[in-house]
Amino acid sequence: MTELKPHSKITIANVSRRGLLKGVAATGSLVLAAQLPGAKGAFAAYPTGAQSMPNGVVTNPKVFVSIGGDGIVSIVAARAEMGTGAARTALPMIVAEELDADWARVRVVQSPGDEKTYGNQDTDGSRSVRHFIQPMRQCGAAARKMLEQAAAKKWGVPEGEVEAQLHEVVHKPSGRKLGYGELAADAAALPVPADDQIKLKDASAFRYIGKGTVRITDIVDITVGKATYGQDVVLPGLKFAVVARPPVVGGKVASLDATAAMKVPGVEKIVRLEPKPAPAKFAPLGGVAVIAKNTWAALKGREALKITWDDGPNKVYDSKAYKAELEANIKKPGKVERNEGDVDQALAAAAKVITAEYYAPHIAHATMEPPAATARMQDGKWEVWAPVQSPGGARDDVAAAVGVKPEELTLHTTLLGGGFGRKSKCDFAIEAALLSKEMGGAPVKVVWTREDDIQHGFYHTVTAERFEAGLDASNKVIAWRHRSAAPSFMANFVPDPKHPGDIELGMGWVDTPFNVPNIRMESGEAQSHVRVGWFRSVNNVAHAWSIQSFIAELAAQLGRDPKDFLLEMIGPPRIIDVAKSVTTPWWDYGEPAQTYPVDTGRLRRVAELAAEKAEWGKQLPKGQGIGIAAHRSFVSYIATVVHVEVSDKGAISIPRVDTAIDCGFCVHPERVRSQLEGAAVMGLTLAKYGEISFKNGAVEQSNFHDYQLVRIDESPKETRVYIVDNGIEVPASGVGEPGVPPFAPALCNAIFAATGKRIRRLPIGNQLA
Amino acid sequence: MANLQVNGQARAYDGDPSMPLLWYLRDELAMTGTKFGCGVGLCGVCTVHLNGEAVRSCQVQMSEAAGKSVTTIEGLHPKHEHPVQVAWRDIGVPQCGYCQTGQIMNAAALLAKKPAPTDAEITTAMAGNLCRCGCYQRIHAAIRAAAKGA
Repeated sequence: MTELKPHSKITIANVSRRGLLKGVAATGSLVLAAQLPGAKGAFAAYPTGAQSMPNGVVTNPKVFVSIGGDGIVSIVAARAEMGTGAARTALPMIVAEELDADWARVRVVQSPGDEKTYGNQDTDGSRSVRHFIQPMRQCGAAARKMLEQAAAKKWGVPEGEVEAQLHEVVHKPSGRKLGYGELAADAAALPVPADDQIKLKDASAFRYIGKGTVRITDIVDITVGKATYGQDVVLPGLKFAVVARPPVVGGKVASLDATAAMKVPGVEKIVRLEPKPAPAKFAPLGGVAVIAKNTWAALKGREALKITWDDGPNKVYDSKAYKAELEANIKKPGKVERNEGDVDQALAAAAKVITAEYYAPHIAHATMEPPAATARMQDGKWEVWAPVQSPGGARDDVAAAVGVKPEELTLHTTLLGGGFGRKSKCDFAIEAALLSKEMGGAPVKVVWTREDDIQHGFYHTVTAERFEAGLDASNKVIAWRHRSAAPSFMANFVPDPKHPGDIELGMGWVDTPFNVPNIRMESGEAQSHVRVGWFRSVNNVAHAWSIQSFIAELAAQLGRDPKDFLLEMIGPPRIIDVAKSVTTPWWDYGEPAQTYPVDTGRLRRVAELAAEKAEWGKQLPKGQGIGIAAHRSFVSYIATVVHVEVSDKGAISIPRVDTAIDCGFCVHPERVRSQLEGAAVMGLTLAKYGEISFKNGAVEQSNFHDYQLVRIDESPKETRVYIVDNGIEVPASGVGEPGVPPFAPALCNAIFAATGKRIRRLPIGNQLA
Repeated sequence: MANLQVNGQARAYDGDPSMPLLWYLRDELAMTGTKFGCGVGLCGVCTVHLNGEAVRSCQVQMSEAAGKSVTTIEGLHPKHEHPVQVAWRDIGVPQCGYCQTGQIMNAAALLAKKPAPTDAEITTAMAGNLCRCGCYQRIHAAIRAAAKGA
């Protein structure tokens, strides 16, 4: 680990969001994990950022695989399952593939939070398959080799004469067979083979990966009500808690009268929780907890609390005023983040300059499962059950909060009823442990209500974006200046930098892939007043929306077809060297750019594919329109075409969405389709409704009546997904997040085509009425 | 005192009559297949059948459940192979899965009343059930498949 100097100067090419953040929290300065090693052994066919994540990767089959005498193969899922299917289906399936196990005889076992044993567990950044396809192949292949060695030894034959085939090892000359169960004990006693003794399967022999035929591991449990999420944990003697949190971040209890609350039948204890001063990482907000014998009693007790709050300095936060502040800051020169050519001179010399500004508000994750966690302490040993995206990180944070070593605390990862980045932050798990501690270690479940979730989250940033495009006399774009102002999530970890960190800059902004000679990105100042957190796709959402909308605006002003103009802006197939023109070292999703460069050929291909499948250019009736957007994020390439119908009253309906993705080698195509179908719905929600606003420092929305989600009756009627067919040699890239960013701009561009109305402020709300 | 049937079993409850059925099922009976999502009847994850009708259990007080028969996801089918459950598995509907028990209970109630619903009837009937992962296309397809199988 290397200590690094202040924020804007550091090299963090291969550090994850959490890796970075963990370093910050631990030392107050930034810590860089070990440099990425080169391709290692026979397995790291290409380098990824996996080794640079905290605690890296583990490939030891003795950690991940166990086989019973009955032949049942247990494979450990060490990451968190929040619905992508990566943690509990795709990764164990990769192990089973190389093990040549019969999937019907595989059981998936969830690990506790323990990165020293399992390697990095931070399920975030669309990294699971991209970082673990190679290590999990190696793990499964090593286990297969051990079974083959055990069989050869048993038969007294050369290893070259035996071969694993679907849960059996076969002696090829004689046809003798031994099942995996019969070999398990002998195989387990063998040392793990050296890398050069292990051979990966040829892709032509794959049974599961790349096929999309394996159902998700929890499909039966989910459909019968047996799947256990964080809200569902039941323990003997369990107590139930809800917390009244300060309405304004940083607020404190000024006075408390709990007399009436204590009279509510079933209420057992009232506990005050102190907030931590900023930067507070994932510390709870503080407030007053009511602990009761059931959730209902706790809720009634909370209603009966009489609290006055000392709101503190964030009381000034007002979304209307803040919007004006951001919009003023993008009208001024900002901090230069990328510079190529001479934008000032090119804009001054341009025959025409086209300018537009965009604004997108905070949004809340609103996972269907509101946060919840359970904790207890028995005989000095802590146990916590929590739906956390980063089980290892949560274990460290919860242990620190109750003053024990991580080894003294077991963090059981439940299923997550949605994550989207909210459950990367383990404040709710810390609350459960603090409350159990107050109850002498008795089991306590802290339940967040929907109101708690909407009003006390870690919100997607709010952003203002300004574009100036300079055109020459032949209407070619010769200058591109993009200013952005958005509060940074770094303010959770370090004193507010008031400008984006490298991770935020790298999310579809400084890596803008346009073929323009003079380009400059400048960030405007933006102070953070609330807990800004990452939301699925993060800064890509507003960057893609504004950039891809502005492209369509330029096309319209120039009388060009938007798809042709987009392709012209992307330019010819080439690799863009972002690193050479940025101020803060380029963060390419924590990946080595040699493996995952910005490849405009791949971006063009998905744009062309989506357009072709959507029959781009076809005649549409009045009131209907079609729009396109293409965006690279999480080192995948994706383009979306939305077909919209806008009624006379401004109501939107979407008959069809066509999305094309290039995510490198695709491990589970059926789950990739599922992710992209869902991304269209989430994209529509954030475009149509998504807005969290603040007044006097407090959130104005509270539940699904004023923080609406798209329902089935307004959802796209049909989302068609096209996956670019890549071989195993093409590095797998992100899937969970890339689907969201192109949706809103494709929709807004379609709305423009249908109505002539340009949406420059999200959500769309009633702007079309 | 409220006497009620839960999945065919007689139950007696003598607590706060204003407690929603949701919390009785989850906290008192530890039947957590019925989920908590919003507490105000807007998301549908807590859907159960009350005398055969799909209801939001967060909006049914125990006093109203007295004398009635409650079916939860745990009791929807003796072998957990209701046509809706089977279709959900065949079509691979869930992502995170949290809302799916409520979706299934609502869909089962729809098909009990209308074995061959139109697309519009499916959409209208399911509009009270939110899914943040956005599995609506498959929810619709699974109900269509289950209706064919019915």
